[in-house]
Amino acid sequence: MRIIRFLLQKEFLQIFRNKAMLPIIFVIPVVQLLVLSFAATYELKEAKFALIDRDQSIASRELVSKLQATGYFILQSEFTSEVEAKIQLEKGEVSFIVEIPRDFQQLLSNNKATSIQLVIDAVDGSVANLINSYVNSIVRDYSATKAVNINVAGLQNIEQFSVKKISTQAINWYNPNLDYITYMVPGILVILVSMIGLFLSGMNIVREREIGTIEQLNVTPITKFQFMVGKLVPFWMIGMFDLLLGLALARFGFQIPFLGSLTTILIIAGIYLVLIQVLGLFISTITDTQQQAMFIAWFIMVVFILMGGLFTPIESMPMWAQKLTLANPIAYFIKIMRMVLLKGAGWKEVYEMVLIISVVAAGLLAVSVNRYKKTSG
Amino acid sequence: MSDLAIQTDGLTKVFGNFTAVDNISINVKKGEIFGFLGANGAGKTTAMKMLTGLLSPSSGDAKVSGYDVYSESELIKKNIGYMSQKFSLYDDLTPEENIRFYGGIYGLDSKQLSHKRKELIESLELGEVKKKLVGSLPLGWKQKLAFAISIIHEPNIVFLDEPTGGVDPITRRQFWERIYQVAESGVTVFVTTHYMDEAEYCDTVSIMVDGKIEAMDSPDNLKKTFETNSIEDIFIRLARAAKRGDR
Repeated sequence: MRIIRFLLQKEFLQIFRNKAMLPIIFVIPVVQLLVLSFAATYELKEAKFALIDRDQSIASRELVSKLQATGYFILQSEFTSEVEAKIQLEKGEVSFIVEIPRDFQQLLSNNKATSIQLVIDAVDGSVANLINSYVNSIVRDYSATKAVNINVAGLQNIEQFSVKKISTQAINWYNPNLDYITYMVPGILVILVSMIGLFLSGMNIVREREIGTIEQLNVTPITKFQFMVGKLVPFWMIGMFDLLLGLALARFGFQIPFLGSLTTILIIAGIYLVLIQVLGLFISTITDTQQQAMFIAWFIMVVFILMGGLFTPIESMPMWAQKLTLANPIAYFIKIMRMVLLKGAGWKEVYEMVLIISVVAAGLLAVSVNRYKKTSG
Repeated sequence: MSDLAIQTDGLTKVFGNFTAVDNISINVKKGEIFGFLGANGAGKTTAMKMLTGLLSPSSGDAKVSGYDVYSESELIKKNIGYMSQKFSLYDDLTPEENIRFYGGIYGLDSKQLSHKRKELIESLELGEVKKKLVGSLPLGWKQKLAFAISIIHEPNIVFLDEPTGGVDPITRRQFWERIYQVAESGVTVFVTTHYMDEAEYCDTVSIMVDGKIEAMDSPDNLKKTFETNSIEDIFIRLARAAKRGDR
């Protein structure tokens, strides 16, 4: 124990003396959390559109003002011909074109079916989908009120119409306002602590190998176990500190609801960080220079992040890719964080995933300790 | 226990089809200064790594401080000090912190630690730089400090791998005065060097060529055998015959 104390003391002295290290540990996570959480949003805001209104009627103007009233869409320009509108779409000045046919009002007031045309710039498929569904729901709303209005005007039986239609009413549980920040922050937090844990622990041992001090340590009576603990604990503590910092920011800065227990989160995070650190340790046992370690850590991190379910829902990945995510610790921890924080899940719901993380951590630790040798050759 | 600090018999290290150390047998008496000479690539560092437990031998036997290099390498580590040519101190710690760290991991208690710290800072005249980072100290000072730290736990044997590379003759002389002091207190010194004047300071000198020990005796006896009056002469004669180049 005494030896471990000296090892820890030395690590902390070195960490806090390293001028590049302090911002990495304390400032970058906060900045990233703030920037990414606001930037990584799927919400549609102020998409510009071009209008070709061939009807020029009260009904058509009503519909256009409905589109604008939502705040999602801005009328950029109005054209009489399709050609001009398309030029603007090609230039990327508008995201879509709305074309209202000549007999729009007439057909509506005769209670006949009519349609409007949407031409959407679908280079970014997810944005195109959002535009399509938003416009659709606005038009549906509009046509429903129109039908009612017409009925009222024609003094017919209102019930006749309302009965014929089935509409779905969605209630969004756990994140009632579909607030993307609520959804993103826990996930981004996971990625931040993972990166800090993986990079710092992976680089640290390789650094000692590069400057040659590891050889000096290897001729001392330090055991492998003492050495590993001395290397793991400091960065584990830093990771936990950053997690707490991020959670505080999430709770008091972003007003994210904490439905589950904080203790549960912290215990699971503790296990998870051991796994990430051990992965870093493993990388350090297969590399000789910091550059190699950095490259491998970066490669693993990118795969983990992209397949972690933060930017692409795991449910929409192809089956083989979904199976791959079963080996992704980040995917587990993001899921656990969201379940516990946003849904208030407890041990019963997450213990299986925690078990997987623990087993992988233990296995990888055994492999790394075994691979780390006090002798070479 | 015999009066030998290091004893090897047919010690060999093979990397693939390259025999770095070829069947060396040496005896180092307790308390002597043993100069381990050889051209670059002759296998000195490999041999030293086997003796310090950093590398396990391919074949042959070796006992260091009475312990077997195969089965008791951790016991050897408790009883030896090691200073390598690559700097083994932490550049981003101060001399005091380095002393404290290495003393601590060798198991010194806090009383011994503070005593050692004061003693070393004083005897190495590091008083005014004790709060500066080691990285900012001149090379000669770093070497003195590294040597002092390598024997902080009062080992039986200390291994010095080219300890005086790159410093001026005065600093080298001072360093060797320290080596003499340490040897007088009964510690065996096993040292590699490229400076032939340093070889003259040793009690026994061995010259390694292509992984083999080609000559081993006291400097005076070696000069008689080779009928010359400088070790440098002998070294050049033997090393010229080497087939291996720089590695």
